Amino acid sequence: MTIRVNGEPRSVDRALRIAELVRSMVADDPEGVAVAVNGEIVTRSRWHEREVRDGDDIEIVRATQGG
Amino acid sequence: MATTSKSSAPRKEGEGPAVSETARLGEREVASRAGEVHRQDEAPRQEEGLQTSEDLLRQDGWKLGDLELVSRVILGTARYPSRQVLLDALAAAGTQLVTVGIRRVDPAAGGAENLFQLLRQHGYHVLPNTAGCFTARDAVLTAQLAREALGTALIKVEVIGDEDTLLPDVEGLIEACRELVRLGFTVLPYTNDDPITAKKLEDLGCAAVMPLGAPIGSGLGIRNPHNIELIVSRARVPVIVDAGVGTASDVAVAFELGCDGVLLNTAVARARRPVAMAAAVRDAARAGRLAHAAGRVPRLFYAQASTPLAGRIGSAAPDTPSDSGR
Repeated sequence: MTIRVNGEPRSVDRALRIAELVRSMVADDPEGVAVAVNGEIVTRSRWHEREVRDGDDIEIVRATQGG
Repeated sequence: MATTSKSSAPRKEGEGPAVSETARLGEREVASRAGEVHRQDEAPRQEEGLQTSEDLLRQDGWKLGDLELVSRVILGTARYPSRQVLLDALAAAGTQLVTVGIRRVDPAAGGAENLFQLLRQHGYHVLPNTAGCFTARDAVLTAQLAREALGTALIKVEVIGDEDTLLPDVEGLIEACRELVRLGFTVLPYTNDDPITAKKLEDLGCAAVMPLGAPIGSGLGIRNPHNIELIVSRARVPVIVDAGVGTASDVAVAFELGCDGVLLNTAVARARRPVAMAAAVRDAARAGRLAHAAGRVPRLFYAQASTPLAGRIGSAAPDTPSDSGR
């Protein structure tokens, strides 16, 4: 299946949970990281249960410098 | 402007058309319309009392939503030469609340310090922004991500109208703020200096209004102090000048106009010596708050002598030119 992660297409060939996806993108402790799938927040408590589905548009964000 | 009548008698000290100004005297606002004559001695003076300036500043706490603050300065975290300079500047400014952006994680940046963790470790409250959002929809989603990521209901809402000026898109801003208030956020909108817009934002439930002094990063200071003062005079929520501050005196002016807070980033981060500028900003905030509490003198069209006339030697003053007919 094909998903979008932070604007980039990505092909996924097995069941993938959000938690694993986050771990692949965030090297350090994911404190201060948030995830939205198809415009809806997936809370941290659900990262281990939510599986990605074909066509999912996923945003993984964190706090950065800003004014 | 009203014309003064021709008279052979010498003009009394202090008479003359006063410049249109809003003068705050103690707790009372006196709006002067053009042509009104001000007699300064009629103004009630507040009792000086036994309060020292330190007492005044110590009691100068305020609230943004549920957040209780003492410092009136909010600093951004962008564009610093290094993380260490950022931390040193935040400490020098005495700020308690700092802004951050929300951006996609970058796997290539691996190993970079977690800014949120760093700020929390140093005891700062964090205010996420929706910088870079051009639509209400993006701003709302960014705010929701920020709340989830940082565990705060505070949000600085930016909905930007164009990339050159970074001025707010008022239509989108109002739409985003309405939705975010409905979703239970503590909404701090970055807005323009239009008093009508500021009132709309307050009325729909924003916890403060944050009019720009000038475009973001421009360093132009407070371009329309009259409008800022109008906004302050009508607001029942805190007013925070946000954007365009260039140097410490801009901060002092904002507080002299009656603002409750100032939010700045570039003026400190891009100063030649950011930590020195941060310290100057801290002092400027104190000076501005004190000056405002002290109750400034009104602006006058004509001079009013400081030294009394009685007992002076020498000749009388030359004839004063009449200004009738101007």
